[in-house]
Amino acid sequence: MDEIALKRPRRWHILVFLTPALVIYTAVMILPLIETLRQSFFNTVDGEYTFVGLGNFTVLFGDPRWASDFWNALRNNVVFFLIHMAVQNPIGIALAAMLSVPKLRFNAFYRTAIFLPTLLSFVIVGFIWKLILSPIWGVAPYLMDLVGLKWLFAPWLGRPDSALIAVSLISVWQYIGIPMMLIYAALLNIPDEVIEAAELDGITGWSQFWKIKLPLILPAIGIVSILTFVGNFNAFDLIYTVQGALAGPDGSTDILGTLLYRTFFGFQLQLGDRSMGATIATVMFLIILAGVSLYLFVIQRRMRRYQF
Amino acid sequence: MSKARTSLARTGAVHFALIAYTLIALFPVFLTIANSFKSRNAIFREPLAIPTPETFSLIGYQTVLKQGDFIGYFQNSVIVTVVSIALVLLFGAMAAFALSEYRFRGNTLMGLYLALGIMIPIRLGTVAILQGMVASNLVNTLTALILVYTAQGLPLAVFILSEFMRTVSDDLKNAGRIDGLSEYAIFFRLVLPLVRPAMATVAVFTMIPIWNDLWFPLILAPAEPTKTITLGSQIFIGQFVTNWNAVLSALSLAIFPVLVLYVIFSRQLIRGITAGAVK
Repeated sequence: MDEIALKRPRRWHILVFLTPALVIYTAVMILPLIETLRQSFFNTVDGEYTFVGLGNFTVLFGDPRWASDFWNALRNNVVFFLIHMAVQNPIGIALAAMLSVPKLRFNAFYRTAIFLPTLLSFVIVGFIWKLILSPIWGVAPYLMDLVGLKWLFAPWLGRPDSALIAVSLISVWQYIGIPMMLIYAALLNIPDEVIEAAELDGITGWSQFWKIKLPLILPAIGIVSILTFVGNFNAFDLIYTVQGALAGPDGSTDILGTLLYRTFFGFQLQLGDRSMGATIATVMFLIILAGVSLYLFVIQRRMRRYQF
Repeated sequence: MSKARTSLARTGAVHFALIAYTLIALFPVFLTIANSFKSRNAIFREPLAIPTPETFSLIGYQTVLKQGDFIGYFQNSVIVTVVSIALVLLFGAMAAFALSEYRFRGNTLMGLYLALGIMIPIRLGTVAILQGMVASNLVNTLTALILVYTAQGLPLAVFILSEFMRTVSDDLKNAGRIDGLSEYAIFFRLVLPLVRPAMATVAVFTMIPIWNDLWFPLILAPAEPTKTITLGSQIFIGQFVTNWNAVLSALSLAIFPVLVLYVIFSRQLIRGITAGAVK
């Protein structure tokens, strides 16, 4: 008995090392998350707080007071995400590919400059672009005039049919640095032997990029895509600074984050609603969880990983 | 000969494209800072010109410093960011050490549990976080923000740091044990100094979202004495939309700390990303 106790003394230090992180993480992140999910099944009926099952969700998806706002926000959020995938990631890959050209001069300068907007806060980015696109200041029409495109200019942020695209492109401008950096890192990790072998086989330039490099950086593109997905379905700040909590004009830039803020916190005449706020947060949680699971269990598994 | 020429042309094209995009990335920042030093008339007459002795004016900065309590906001942001990063680094490194150094039951499960927070954003728990902060009387305190940001930063910190700690040599730690060092001394005196580069990477990744966050200051600490610089400038600019000098100066002031931090940390940041901290 004594011998065993001597061999395996209680290792209190493990507990000491783990406890602070575990306590804060559990108390401030995990428990509130679970509590929020739980509250989405409760609501106040006739002045009493009761369990309503999936009642809140039926209201959110079907009740005319909620459903149109919710589906509008969800649709806008999907468009927001698709614009990021279609514009941000291809440009990010192209920039990374150009930066990885061997012995490129000013490489560090380009990287630093292009990454800078990513560090700026949404408040700065939102207001700068609001000023630039403002017809009062006239910077955007002036610049477009220089290239003879002035007739194309319109107050994009103020028009319901173009506001969402304009806001999405501002967000793309801000975040392009992340795909650029991650894919640049992946391109640098391709060993020289692989490239040399390709060159010996006469595969150079464009076809080298498409046939050799692109397949090798697919895992990095996968990570970039899932980061974009989580970030987009959780976005709020940029829309709030550019278009306000009402996500105007006419709700055309409303996404799930702004809808959650208005619902939970209330805005102008609308009172805050805790239960419906929790319900929207739960829907966002399920969307993000579905995306992350799809990535972890389907996309990442199928993707071939090359070991060098 | 012809091959050399095509490669020269290609490098030229690459530089052309990169310069073009660099201009797109930097132009808005340049435009804001340049115009913040100009008089109102000059801002509208020639928005693209840099300030000259005739058009130079500090009126915007004077308005901003007179009207808003920017120094107070700035202090709040610094306190929240610095304390949160310190807690994330200390607690994150401790947990990462426990997970990477010792074999105990539930180790893998614990690692997965802590990694959950990398993908699931803490914002989704806002409803209950606000209730918890109300119940514990922490609304409109910087403590509430620090707690939230610490919880938000821990998962990625534990993940990155435990990857790095696995690379610290076992021989070194065992030599320390033979010399009679306690486990705590091994952690603080042997391991921590060795993972300093990784700590710097984690610090930068943690700092940016905290400094720029608008959501939690808006919900947990919107009162005047606890406003952060991001929330403060958002509200200030919202009030002064028509005073272009003030808006441009406030924006320039808000860009400034980020630029300084970037100059200090950019090498660390880029090295951190390209060295495979995020694989």
